[in-house]
Amino acid sequence: MEQRLTKNFKVKDSHRLEVSRAQGGYQSLAKLFQMKPEEVINQVKEAGLRGRGGAGFAAGLKWSFIPKNSGKPVYLTVNADESEPGTFKDRYILELDPHLLIEGIIAACYAIGAHVSYVYIRGEFYFPMQRLQAAIEEAYQAGLLGKNILNSGFDLEVYIHRGAGAYICGEETALLESIEGKRGHPRLKPPYPAIVGLFGCPTIINNVETIASVPYIIQNGVQAYRAVGTQKSPGTKLFCVSGHVVRPGNYERPLGYPLKNLIFEDCGGIRGGKKLKAVIPGGSSTPILDANDVETVLLDYESMEAHGSMLGSGGVIVLDDTTNMVDALGNLARFYAHESCGQCSPCREGTGWAAKILDRMLSGEGRPKDLELLRSIADNMAGKTICVLADSLSMPIWSYMKKFRGEFEAYANPNH
Amino acid sequence: MFEFTSENLAEFQKILQRYSIKRAALLPALWLVQKQTGFISREAMLYVAGLLDVAPAKVYEVVTFYTMFHQKPVGEYHIQVCRTLSCQLLGSPSITEHLKKRLGIGLGEITTDGRFSLVEVECLGSCGTGPMFQVNDEYHENLTIEKVDKILEELK
Ligand SMILES: Cc1cc2nc3c(=O)[nH]c(=O)nc-3n(C[C@H](O)[C@H](O)[C@H](O)COP(=O)(O)O)c2cc1C
Ligand code: SF4
Ligand code: FES
Repeated sequence: MEQRLTKNFKVKDSHRLEVSRAQGGYQSLAKLFQMKPEEVINQVKEAGLRGRGGAGFAAGLKWSFIPKNSGKPVYLTVNADESEPGTFKDRYILELDPHLLIEGIIAACYAIGAHVSYVYIRGEFYFPMQRLQAAIEEAYQAGLLGKNILNSGFDLEVYIHRGAGAYICGEETALLESIEGKRGHPRLKPPYPAIVGLFGCPTIINNVETIASVPYIIQNGVQAYRAVGTQKSPGTKLFCVSGHVVRPGNYERPLGYPLKNLIFEDCGGIRGGKKLKAVIPGGSSTPILDANDVETVLLDYESMEAHGSMLGSGGVIVLDDTTNMVDALGNLARFYAHESCGQCSPCREGTGWAAKILDRMLSGEGRPKDLELLRSIADNMAGKTICVLADSLSMPIWSYMKKFRGEFEAYANPNH
Repeated sequence: MFEFTSENLAEFQKILQRYSIKRAALLPALWLVQKQTGFISREAMLYVAGLLDVAPAKVYEVVTFYTMFHQKPVGEYHIQVCRTLSCQLLGSPSITEHLKKRLGIGLGEITTDGRFSLVEVECLGSCGTGPMFQVNDEYHENLTIEKVDKILEELK
């Protein structure tokens, strides 16, 4: 299959402008500046590009929400927070092909009428940040950023904003708060950022991979983009495989690709001759799949939903048959308890409480009532809070307890 | 008393120009403070509050929210081990235990010579190359006990 996002990853010095250009980098700009901004939005809409940050929202449609002539500046913020456990793809785009991202930023900003863009990078990503910073500087020097880009009359400034260690800043409105110099507390929606976003102005937030997918669409057109993937989930996506496989890593595959092939062919199957037990398909918050599901599920938004899960960010965590599911859920509960921003009581209290119960069960002090209690905590967190971090723990609680009921029962009745 | 060095003050002035409101320069300003002194003292918070015309409480609120901002000095080598699921599946607990033993400190502590500090953190976006840790700004991936020993040797 043709690689679109990763085609330069193995090229020597792929992060440098010279090399990027030799590989065809920035060629889409000539086409871009021939088009009207609305045409760009329409092309991305027709290509069917869906957000790669987790929710899968149609990118072109989101862009079309920017009000025309609001009289306010418009911003693009690129989400490089990459904090959903199991996800490690944006980092490689930043490290190995930062110019692809910049090319996409130029197209997206041109489409929505933004002249300033911030790339929000998680604080720990120091090396990827340096790579992007150097690429931005190269782009300025080559007239690809700044005033009057390639004599198009279009001006664009791109800045990096470095986070400082907070998972919640990946949530788009927390990210905006963080750029504004505040704690990363998600905002109540509506209003949506496309209307009231950064500094009170219309703002689009997109994931790194979403933006990096745009140059291909501009350069090759809708039909080419749709040549792979499915009708409703066109194009390719990066899948990050971690856990108990022989060859973990990043794999660019067309949407609709069988999960089974990804795990057993591309990743060489389960390590150490063990058997597959379960898969978390799209980052830590997505409902778990068991070995049966893996037989039939495809890596696209619709098939995942039909199997009771979600494609999410593409972070595939593979668990072998020695994995203790109570321990796995306890690990995630601790994560969400640590990362809750604390604004909403169901989330602040619920995540911590669930973590405590699971810890107690793991230490051999489980009680028969614990399972009911966990379920009621999950019920009381879901859909009741400002952002979906609380739901991100509810979904694993429900699905792990449903699919691996026996294991949880054993821990809830340690003396039986 | 805390003050930016003239070099950092110039850098701060440059940063201000990136944003249409002053307060947005808060996180970058705090990063500069931490680069200068290794942590963010009360005095530095007051100084930054003054530079950005925000209440000191707002600065404090931000410093305490973000885990990468330190209010106290950390070791010369600050080791952060990822403890989240993908790394745990591949043995991060044994890496942490080994570090505790080798360094003779617990989580959140600093060695008496001030060289090393150790903490556990959540997912660092390196799950495919776990177990892993970060030493200051640098990632070390696909760790084994032997590899950890080698890294410690090299840092000594
Ligand atoms: C708790 C939480 C954490 C999130 N973390 C990330 C993240 O690290 N990276 C990301 O791109 N999106 C993350 N998102 C999704 C963003 O809110 C947003 O939907 C996304 O950046 C939009 O970009 P897209 O439409 O291109 O996917 C997170 C959402 C939530 C609720
Ligand atoms: S759900 Fe949790 S993380 Fe989200 S805003 Fe409420 S308390 Fe904060
Ligand atoms: S789980 Fe350790 S880096 Fe993601």
